[in-house]
Amino acid sequence: MPSPFILDRSSVTQIMAWVLVALLPGIGAYVWLFGPGILVTLTLATVTALAAETAMLKARGYPAKPFLTDLSAIVTAWLLALSLPSLAPWWLIITGTLFAIVVAKHLYGGLGQNIFNPAMIGYAVLIVSFPVQMTQWAGPLELTSLDSSGVHLTLAQSAAVIFGSDLPKATLDAITMATPLDVLRTGLHQQMTGVGFEWLAAAFLLGGLLLWALRIISWQVPLAFLAGIWLTAGFLHFFDAGRFGAPWFHLFTPSVMLCAFFIATDPVSGATTPRGKLVFGLGAGFLTMVIRTWGGFPDGVAFAILLMNVCVPLIDQYTQPRIYGGARKEPRA
Amino acid sequence: MSRELFTFKGGVHPSGHKEASNTRPIHPAPLPKTLVIPLRQHIGNPAKPRVSVGERVLKGQMIAAASGAISTAVHASSSGVVTAIDEQPVPHISGLADLCITIKTDGRDEWIPHAPLDYQTMTAADLRLRLRDMGLAGLGGAVFPSAVKLDPGTAQTCPTLIINGGECEPWITCDDVLMRSHADEILQGTAIMRHLLGSSEILIGIEDNKPEALDAMRAAAAKLDFAVEVIAVPACYPGGGAKQMIETLTGKQVPSGKLSTDIGIQVFNVGTAHALARAVHHGEPLISRLVTVTGHVLRPQNFEVLIGTPMHLLITLAGDREGMSGVLMGGPMMGMPMPDLEVPVIKATNCILVKSDALFPPLPRALPCIRCTRCADACPAELQPQELFRFAKAGDFGRAQEYHLFDCIECGCCSYVCPSHIPLVDFYRYAKSEIWAHEKDKQAADLARERHEFRLFRQEREKAEKAEKLAAKAQAKRAELTATPAASGAATPTEADAKKALIAAALARAQAKKAEAAPQNTDNLSPDTQHEIAEIEARRAKILELARQPLESEEKT
Ligand code: SF4
Ligand code: SF4
Repeated sequence: MPSPFILDRSSVTQIMAWVLVALLPGIGAYVWLFGPGILVTLTLATVTALAAETAMLKARGYPAKPFLTDLSAIVTAWLLALSLPSLAPWWLIITGTLFAIVVAKHLYGGLGQNIFNPAMIGYAVLIVSFPVQMTQWAGPLELTSLDSSGVHLTLAQSAAVIFGSDLPKATLDAITMATPLDVLRTGLHQQMTGVGFEWLAAAFLLGGLLLWALRIISWQVPLAFLAGIWLTAGFLHFFDAGRFGAPWFHLFTPSVMLCAFFIATDPVSGATTPRGKLVFGLGAGFLTMVIRTWGGFPDGVAFAILLMNVCVPLIDQYTQPRIYGGARKEPRA
Repeated sequence: MSRELFTFKGGVHPSGHKEASNTRPIHPAPLPKTLVIPLRQHIGNPAKPRVSVGERVLKGQMIAAASGAISTAVHASSSGVVTAIDEQPVPHISGLADLCITIKTDGRDEWIPHAPLDYQTMTAADLRLRLRDMGLAGLGGAVFPSAVKLDPGTAQTCPTLIINGGECEPWITCDDVLMRSHADEILQGTAIMRHLLGSSEILIGIEDNKPEALDAMRAAAAKLDFAVEVIAVPACYPGGGAKQMIETLTGKQVPSGKLSTDIGIQVFNVGTAHALARAVHHGEPLISRLVTVTGHVLRPQNFEVLIGTPMHLLITLAGDREGMSGVLMGGPMMGMPMPDLEVPVIKATNCILVKSDALFPPLPRALPCIRCTRCADACPAELQPQELFRFAKAGDFGRAQEYHLFDCIECGCCSYVCPSHIPLVDFYRYAKSEIWAHEKDKQAADLARERHEFRLFRQEREKAEKAEKLAAKAQAKRAELTATPAASGAATPTEADAKKALIAAALARAQAKKAEAAPQNTDNLSPDTQHEIAEIEARRAKILELARQPLESEEKT
């Protein structure tokens, strides 16, 4: 055994465990706003991810234990689950998770080898294939309570909806609504303010700050991503305030916060150099806004991240930092 | 004394474990029955033996002389009889044996006549020559010949002299206790360095986890007739590395691929300054040093050890214990495992660290790189270790070099922080040695080709000469002109063909070795790189041989 002979106490498992912990405030807020249905979604995604991970490790001839205990599959599952509409049907959850783990992760070589963010691949596949199901959201309590029901679905009811919509059609319609962004797109955004999405965004932000405090994520990616969103949105709003939402609305959405701190910061598929991380974040933020504004899908985060993933080798290559004792300006080979 | 300090990028904070060994007084290690003294203890050319088997030598007698510009002499550490000059196991990463002089000591420890040097009246060149012949080399671990470093060269002076008492590696305390107990001598050595280098600014950097050493050095510095700044620097590994110490104290970085003297700074370890004082003021060559023996032993402490003393003797002296799981020379971050405890203490041996599973648990299984860039954040050379790893693993040594592989100081910070527990430094060592091997391959091939071309040229010339002679003869003897030229003409090509085949075979072997290198990069996952490095070294030796081969066969013709 060659040097060094001592190690810091960090491990992949520890990093992934902290990511999961940092997601808890967001999950809590989610439950509070949308009811406990998300817990069913999370569980289903987790079980699917672990099963897929085990099967793929086995198929590829890897030992299951060290790789299963690294918790990375669960992180992918949770990120995907949190991106899906609440009360998404079971087959949607399973399909998305399978794509994320089997195709985006293992067919690219497993942990550390995937060039695309697995959760975002799962999401992208779903939204392209099942646009209708992917845009049905159960509204937050305040919205749904405008109708007669007034309360959340219980855990059992949520499970029933997810696994086959046993509820009468009318009830289901009452509790579902278009995604907040669709609402915005159709000009109904007055209705959407102050109904709780900010709380969810704030909870993700809180978890993200925890990760930053623990130095599990760097400041560059989240800050650059948020700046990318804010600058692009501000630019659009400046030219046509009537048509484009205020920058803060775009900034303070759950999907943006989740992406800024948990998705864009995925180390494996992101840029590695300090300047590269800034470029990656800015680019992802800009593309998110562009796709939101002119694209055919309700949210641009997934596609923005995937597009930036493609650019990572280039970004890294052109943003190599100066080394110790290196020339101030280094000519690129 | 407050001085603005600078922080270098990267670095880690492993726990020091210094208190284990720095409280006991320095203990002289007893005279061993045999001393095995390697001829290559320093960077540069190995020393050339000056004694023969059976000869009686005295303590401090030069037994091998410096050879070439970058080299230094080697001395008998005690009196006795030379019993062998042969290859013995030495503390080297390759695990290969190297040429050593073995002395059977006679217990009399009889000194060769020696006297202090009046360095003030000697010319600088003379003094340096004497220091070279006294075997001085850097005792911080790099063992670069001191006489070379004490030459300011064309610049005439080296404005800044830094004495490095950083000692950032965990467990090691030999510099710490040396500073506590021999501060005056360290400063005497510093004065000689200042004299040789013409330095105007003298800085002594000591990590702030050594308050006693700081006090002792400050007290000693106050007695001097020239200004010396003793500076406490924040403890941070590898803050005691020369480049890091320079940056901490001056804010300057040594340009990549250059020497610190290019920016007017020279750095010496405190142990070297002490050895220099002993050499000049007492006429004693470098025949002993302080060695920390620590880790899994009963009484971790520092010993004054004669060069050539077998390591197991020191471990016994410090109290060996059950459950030893290996022994390192050096600290846990950069030390190297000793394959054999018979190996001698050499000038580079600052620490003998005895491992146990409790103190040094076996490293966990490595996972793939997740590109978290913690390694990059920790790298004091400001490299991108994850990229270097990727290239080294893929066998893309060209890219690795482009990404500054050779600026890596092998400090181990990257491996230390890696959450995937990848033995990154191994991959860098491996890639470096592969690149060296390839370069040697190429040199060997170039050399062979040159020789081949020259031989062809010579053969052509000889043939032409022969033909001329024959033509002359033929003209003289017109009668019988047929048989002879044809015969002699045929002889040369066959000879040339045989040589060509020889060279072709050599080239083919070299190429086969190159090809062999490719699969090895990928299956390097087993961290048993030591073996691999040994293999590479062996291969390099073979390649050297290869370069010599055509020469020898040529000489015969
Ligand atoms: S610390 Fe290890 S896992 Fe992280 S980027 Fe460096 S090599 Fe990869
Ligand atoms: S071993 Fe090399 S790459 Fe790793 S931290 Fe040290 S200098 Fe950087």
